[in-house]
Amino acid sequence: MAVELDVFVGNTTIMDEEVYQLWLDGYTVNDAVKVRMEGGVMDECEASADVLLSDTMDQYRTFQMCERLLHSPAKLANQLLFQIPPHRQTVLIERYYAFDDAFVREVLGKKLSKGTKKDLDDISAKTSVTLKSCRRQFDNFKRVFKVVEELKGPLVENIRQHFLLSDKLARDYAAIVFFANNRFETGKRKLQYLTFQDFAFCAGQLINNWTVGAVDNMVEDMDVDLDKEFLQELKELKILITDKDLLDQHKSLVCTALRGKTKAFNEMEANFKNLSRGLVNIAAKLTNTKDVRDFFIDLVEKFIEPCRSDRWTAADMKLYLTHYTNSAHILDTFKHQVVWDRYMGVIKSCIFKMYHD
Amino acid sequence: MPGKLKAKIVAGRHLPVMDRASDLTDAFVEVKFGNTTFKTDVCPKSLNPQWNSEWFKFEVDDEDLQDEPLQITVLDHDTYSANDAIGKVYIDIDPLLCTEAASVISGWFPIYDTIHGIRGEINVLVKVELFNDLNRFRQSSCGVKFFCTTSIPRCYRAAMVHGFVEELVVNEDPEYQWIDRIRTPRASNEARQRLISLMSGELQRKIGLKVLEMGGNAVVGYLQCFDLEGESGLVVRAIGTACTLDKLSSGSAPNTNTHVHPNTAPASNACNSPSKDGKEPVFGEDLPSSSGPPTPFRALPTSSSSPPPFSPSKPCSRQSSSSDTDLSLTPKTGMGSGGSAGKEAGPLKTLLRQQTQTALEQREFPFFTLTSFPPGFLVHVGGVVSARSVKLLDRIHNPDEPETRDAWWEEIRQEIKSHAKALGCHAVIGYSESTSICEEVCILSASGTAAILNPRYMREGCLDIGSTDHRFEEPSPPSCGFCHIPYDELNMPFPAQLTYCYHCRRQKVPDVLFTTIDLPPEAAVTGKGCLIQARLCRLKKKAQGEVNATAISNLLPFMEYELHTQLMNKLKLRNMNALFGLHIQISVGENMLLGLASATGVYLTALPAPGGIQIAGKTPGDLSNEHHILTIQKRINDAIAKNKELYQINPPELTEEGVGSPIPEPRQRSRLFRSHSESSDELSELDLSHGKKDAFVLEIDDTDAVEDIHSLLTDAHPPTGFYSCNTEIMPGIYNWTSGIQMFTSVRVFRLSNANLTNQGLNKIFTDLCENLLKSFYFKLRSMIPCCLCHLNFTVAVPEEELIQVTVTAVAMTFDKDQTQEKPADKPITKGSSETEEQLQFPLELCADTSSANTQPSSKISGVPESTNVSSRAASVDYGSFADRCSTWLELLRLKAHTIRRGSVKTSRRTQSLAHSVSSLERCSPLPEGRSRSLRSSRSFGGSSVTVVKMTPLSFLPGIRIIKYLGIINMFFIRETTSLREEGGVSGFLHSFIAEVFAMVRAHVAALGGNAVVSYSMKECVLMENPNKNQAQCLINVSGDAVICVRETDQETTASMTNIGQTCSSGTDGAT
Repeated sequence: MAVELDVFVGNTTIMDEEVYQLWLDGYTVNDAVKVRMEGGVMDECEASADVLLSDTMDQYRTFQMCERLLHSPAKLANQLLFQIPPHRQTVLIERYYAFDDAFVREVLGKKLSKGTKKDLDDISAKTSVTLKSCRRQFDNFKRVFKVVEELKGPLVENIRQHFLLSDKLARDYAAIVFFANNRFETGKRKLQYLTFQDFAFCAGQLINNWTVGAVDNMVEDMDVDLDKEFLQELKELKILITDKDLLDQHKSLVCTALRGKTKAFNEMEANFKNLSRGLVNIAAKLTNTKDVRDFFIDLVEKFIEPCRSDRWTAADMKLYLTHYTNSAHILDTFKHQVVWDRYMGVIKSCIFKMYHD
Repeated sequence: MPGKLKAKIVAGRHLPVMDRASDLTDAFVEVKFGNTTFKTDVCPKSLNPQWNSEWFKFEVDDEDLQDEPLQITVLDHDTYSANDAIGKVYIDIDPLLCTEAASVISGWFPIYDTIHGIRGEINVLVKVELFNDLNRFRQSSCGVKFFCTTSIPRCYRAAMVHGFVEELVVNEDPEYQWIDRIRTPRASNEARQRLISLMSGELQRKIGLKVLEMGGNAVVGYLQCFDLEGESGLVVRAIGTACTLDKLSSGSAPNTNTHVHPNTAPASNACNSPSKDGKEPVFGEDLPSSSGPPTPFRALPTSSSSPPPFSPSKPCSRQSSSSDTDLSLTPKTGMGSGGSAGKEAGPLKTLLRQQTQTALEQREFPFFTLTSFPPGFLVHVGGVVSARSVKLLDRIHNPDEPETRDAWWEEIRQEIKSHAKALGCHAVIGYSESTSICEEVCILSASGTAAILNPRYMREGCLDIGSTDHRFEEPSPPSCGFCHIPYDELNMPFPAQLTYCYHCRRQKVPDVLFTTIDLPPEAAVTGKGCLIQARLCRLKKKAQGEVNATAISNLLPFMEYELHTQLMNKLKLRNMNALFGLHIQISVGENMLLGLASATGVYLTALPAPGGIQIAGKTPGDLSNEHHILTIQKRINDAIAKNKELYQINPPELTEEGVGSPIPEPRQRSRLFRSHSESSDELSELDLSHGKKDAFVLEIDDTDAVEDIHSLLTDAHPPTGFYSCNTEIMPGIYNWTSGIQMFTSVRVFRLSNANLTNQGLNKIFTDLCENLLKSFYFKLRSMIPCCLCHLNFTVAVPEEELIQVTVTAVAMTFDKDQTQEKPADKPITKGSSETEEQLQFPLELCADTSSANTQPSSKISGVPESTNVSSRAASVDYGSFADRCSTWLELLRLKAHTIRRGSVKTSRRTQSLAHSVSSLERCSPLPEGRSRSLRSSRSFGGSSVTVVKMTPLSFLPGIRIIKYLGIINMFFIRETTSLREEGGVSGFLHSFIAEVFAMVRAHVAALGGNAVVSYSMKECVLMENPNKNQAQCLINVSGDAVICVRETDQETTASMTNIGQTCSSGTDGAT
């Protein structure tokens, strides 16, 4: 004796947000029923385990039928199969495209290819996000990547319009796409302390300031590729460390400004040349794709770690970088003010964001 | 050439990829009507093609317009091989043939393929230019309106109710034709879909012709069914009630008012009042008062007045058993005729009968498919009448002569008619017919409620009689009048306990009342109602042909009897005394019969309180047994007490002496009262009634009985916050809010255990139904407080070991805070009518003297006791006063509608200042606050898809229907050969039902509508073969497409501006 068939279809599609989350999280029907039972939903309506199972199965089926539509969210609004109130559509889409920070941290900067997809079971084991959920998230990344790849116009805006996502989520996706495209290295041990949100912030900075789109907003891939001309120009900044006079002059200007304002002044003075070399070298090397990939690891190794070992506070860091950037303007012989500002603006905010435990 | 059909193909979207190489599609469209086909250009390499075609014009007869659907086929162009079909859209253009309905069909339709389901959408424009045709002998019936709604539709008033119309057409089922062996499943499915579409078009046209012949202009309560008889063919049959409807101007809409607050003014009374201006030809002389409206059975002239008992052997069919009901027919008929002849009856009743006879009895079938009536129409209710007959199917040899099937149904209808007569009634209301087919055996069933109707609605232009009508009017208030017995108490058709009405104290009422109709809105009810179901399984031996049919017909009476006992027990257990919306379904399978009776139990204030249930043991000496009985008795008493509390049944305690206790017998006594004429009278020997005991007695004599009692007690209550009923609305809940959720649920249960007992099966079946209900409660818990209305259960035995239960219902939210209150309008309207009575008094006094003279005398002789003559006479006067007052009220309303509205409103406000919002709700069924939320939800976001609400009810709470756009009647077949890939049989059916909903919504939206009312799923036939990875399903749905707007308290102008806001696509058709 068994229930052979059991369906429930409402004119307005009934969706339980809790079950939706369990489905998104990759729970099997039986596991989901267990979770729901523990959650005490049974007491709500004198339900039995059978009722719960039946309901969960129904909902899972509905979600599976909806999944095809969620792949192109714009369709969800004008499809006829499910009558879903608009606010619920928004929730469905937003949740479907939401991702686990732990998971995204693992694939951030990796190529969104079949190869990476094969490694998802390792990632699943490591992050304890179910494989099913990993796949959904990975496929979402890939889908968004593929769609925006061929589009003109601002990246965030494109994502928001094509996937009907909230501004916040669209920005996160822009970061993911940007990282995947430039293949930034994020997986090294030294970078482990950084969260996805740290990287997403940095990505935003890079997109807004260093890409082609920062100067011209009608090119393809404008927000995905870094501005090649700009990267070339960055080489000119080398003069700041190769010209001995300029380096000394720069140092004395910074030290004058900092003196007495911070406890770490001595360390700052002692390390100035090292740190300056570090930052300018990063800039000068960015024409190589390989070095672009190592951008974050370089920032950490060349700048953040030395400062951290000298126990700079965040305030120290802010003070130092502000004066470091501004002092360069006073240098008479330094002619690359525009490039310098464009470079240091991003570096400054990235380091501020990244300088934590 | 009376019609020109024009179609334009605009665009497509979301088309499937048909060319793997390019991931694109080269789509074009074929538009076909009748034998004419047009094609659009190919729109190459696009999944969202823009055809923007010219207008394709079809010049056709209106007969074809009614029969044929417009067929749109989307194809993928292939240079080298045959073009691949993507899918089809069938558009029923019937709504365009009615001037009052839709004027254009325009919108996105899902492209449907019977194998793949919905594959994209297509935007189509359809128009019809109809030329007036004055040909008297025409075959078409364009312009006759059809409604599934089983009450007078909201924006109409019934000028006249003509009566029963029926028709059936038969054909060979394409699935069983020889060609089916060589064609693809797709071709076969499409042939079937098309055929059924044609047949229902034809059926509708033929019924329309009958209506025109009768002088009507509409069919209300249109019920169309398919019988898939397999090898022997395909039958499409329909019944309905022919009416002449007058459209109300959208501003006044008194119908919505009268429905909810019927006490204000029974519309009927206005019509024949002598003081009326008579400007409306309400009971117009459309028909010459000849031999009554023609019916399809004109060929059988003898059968009208006294149906002869059926002869056991029919020449026309291989009738295996002359149906159990034949046995009962003879005595019943005798009794019925005795009653209607009025030998011992009071003169008043005789008069009333004679009068109504002129209107009704000359009709062959005085049947009405309506379940709810304009106030004043329904006079008395006798009880449920039903008839079943078992037939052996035979191949339909000549589709043009569907006489065998016609004869079968005529037999059944005659039987129903004679049952009604036996109950002293001249009409059958809430009438419906159904079949259950297994292999070659078919059970035909019909049921309805015997009733006495106010003949005014049906009389053909005899105003002279109309003017004296009020004299014969039953002097009973509307809140209890319908409960009063229509039969003679000295000559009762069955044993029943009569008491004087607990409401008016003037007329006799039975102790229990069973009906198939909705609770009359004016009825006085104590507490709330609830869904009551009786469920039963009976095993039967597998057999063939006649043996099988005989076995089934032998089982039927026992099943009916047992279902009855269950219903009665459960009713008592819930402390209620009446059932409404009773629907008994008996479904036949190869090795079992399933019986499911559903009804809504209520406590009618007019009826006596039900006695308790008493348990009795067979062997009184046994002590342990005694103890056992005591515990059971205690549990039952506890259950009754709990139910009393749960359903808030606190009947006003009436002092006996105040009434004078007119009936000497103990009042509390109740017996198995079989008010609905059971199929077999033999059963009365099995009567459970136990003489003069106080309570309903259940005897425990064996384990079965213990089981029965256990199952009685195991019925779970709905969880807190939930109510359920199978009628339109829940008795006792008045403050509906606008939240609704219509749903369909299907469950199939496989019985693996081969040697099951009846008891075991019963348990399984009961659990199946109970679990379904539990699932609904759980799923809909976010809507609490809410009520599941119109819970419609359908059972089937699709295969030997399968039980299928299909449920369609609607969950409606209500305002919890006011559930305790009776609607304030009742006492208020009473008050207002009283004041009006005073106003009218001087006028009426003189007018009424003559009638008052005759009335009391005739009245008294009909009543056994003569002690309370004076009070009776007074009350008679009161009744006629009330009658006139409402007449006056009606007049007033017609003349100065706005004034009345305003004054009523203010009086209500003063009554309930505390809830200003709720007071608004009460005077119009449409709440202000909630509809606002409805509108806001609609305007939320920029969704391009019109929200289409669906409900099995005839109305939407908080929303006013302003226009009926036509009937929706759709039939779909879906088949798959990749069942596993589609998520198994559940996944398959889930998506199919969702697709059916989507297609219904799309058609309604294209007509310019935004809701479907009276929606029902008539058929859901699922066949599966998991081993072959295949399944097939047929679904038939119907309903009325409407435009509705949120109800505002302002007048028309305001609501008209609303249309634009709420339903942008509906605006063009709105005015």
